[in-house]
Amino acid sequence: MPEHIVRSFDEELAKVKELIAAMGGLAEAQLSDATEALARRDTVLADRVVKADAKVDAIEIEVESLTVSIIARRQPVAIDLRGLVSAIKIASEIERIADYAANIAKRTFALSQSRAWDDIRAVVNISRLAEGMIRDVLDAYLRDDVALAIDVWHRDEEVDGLYTNLFRSLLTYMMEDARNITACTHLLFVAKNLERIGDHATNIAEMVHYVVRGHPLAEKRPKRDTSSFELGTALGDKKG
Amino acid sequence: MTVVTSHRSPEVAGTAYHPAAGGHGIAVEIDKFNLWYGKSQALFDVSLAIEKRMVTALIGPSGCGKSTLLRALNRMNDLIDGVRITGKIAIGPQDILDRGTDVIQLRKRMGMVFQKPNPFPMSIFDNVVYPLRVDGVRDRRLLVETCEQALKSAALWEEAKDRLYESALSLSGGQQQRLCIARAIAGNPEILLMDEPCSALDPMATSRIEELIDGLKADYTIVIVTHNMQQAARVSNNTAFMYLGRLIEYGDTDGIFTNPTEAQTLAYVTGRFG
Repeated sequence: MPEHIVRSFDEELAKVKELIAAMGGLAEAQLSDATEALARRDTVLADRVVKADAKVDAIEIEVESLTVSIIARRQPVAIDLRGLVSAIKIASEIERIADYAANIAKRTFALSQSRAWDDIRAVVNISRLAEGMIRDVLDAYLRDDVALAIDVWHRDEEVDGLYTNLFRSLLTYMMEDARNITACTHLLFVAKNLERIGDHATNIAEMVHYVVRGHPLAEKRPKRDTSSFELGTALGDKKG
Repeated sequence: MTVVTSHRSPEVAGTAYHPAAGGHGIAVEIDKFNLWYGKSQALFDVSLAIEKRMVTALIGPSGCGKSTLLRALNRMNDLIDGVRITGKIAIGPQDILDRGTDVIQLRKRMGMVFQKPNPFPMSIFDNVVYPLRVDGVRDRRLLVETCEQALKSAALWEEAKDRLYESALSLSGGQQQRLCIARAIAGNPEILLMDEPCSALDPMATSRIEELIDGLKADYTIVIVTHNMQQAARVSNNTAFMYLGRLIEYGDTDGIFTNPTEAQTLAYVTGRFG
């Protein structure tokens, strides 16, 4: 894409991308730290994650005000306008991702009180996948790389699949012994947060497609999180 | 996530884009129109279908041929020495480029508004009814009625009704331009041609003209040439982008400004040209 005649316009658009990159990097680190805190029962790290969430929120506000100002002053059209409108939406997706990371960190306090769970490993696995999705979808955004965005978009299926498996086994533990319910419920929320993070990364992937191509991604969205249909089945089938 | 995109008709660059069915039909059909000023060719194989009772904007950098194309529609280029043309411009069944075409009659079907307001040095009333007088209308009541109607249509009646017999030159620039629009529509044309109608006006006067254009399209087919892309985006239904005498892309305005097909259009509308 050739540069704008007015160079300061390009500089402003680059600044928006920089902010999104910084915000995304922060959210990705937040998720990684939250997962580590959970796995290691590290409440100090968890506390740091909870407190750092404000930084992500602050950048979101910065993206929003810069974007609104550019739209007001430059009256962008076509790919520039799509890019700016999507920047606001992507910032809001990243803000949600960071919120989920902070929520996972908060649950570390409760989970560190209970016995150790093997299933933490499964949680860590989902988290690694989700982190990879965030990292790659941000790269796709920064480089206008539609192929990479579509790849991320497809990867959400894997996250959903792992989430559904974890859901089943946690449900089994709860049915086996009611004393497991508190910890398993927290783990379930952690897993659900990760699954939602995957969805947000998927949304960003769709926006990258829209910005670059000018039309929405036409394929049907992958959906492997079948847990909402499975509760009845699982309750009737104790093997899970 | 849902993203709303424009509903645009498919098109192929270089061929006549036919606006989607369901509109009011085609007012002007330009087919492979070429124009030379002496030896230099100004328009190359331009094919364009202009929709009835819609606003069609012609945009493009200086020298792209948009004003030349607009002037071809009422054969104003005939006035320039050494102009040669080929192709066809049809209004209904009539090819207006035909030798037999009565140019005076043709121009009656077209109202033209220019860049600089050009009221005649006479009263507001005399300006508006000028086209009728040229046609020989002497019926005072008809003149008065037409004057009122035209001034109302041009959104100038309230400001002008108490000073109809004052000089048109006493009006402000924006009012003068609306007077010129009133005069253009007093002759009851089918098509209004506007060549940069707001470029000499301040933003408030520009907004009034744009509001007027929006209202006038209920009754008239409007073709507007503008350097102001935001204006084209605001007032037009269809936009044609021209460059170096060629029609690069033609489509509904929404599509041209949100997701143009051609790289040159994209570069121009986003300010990457040059």
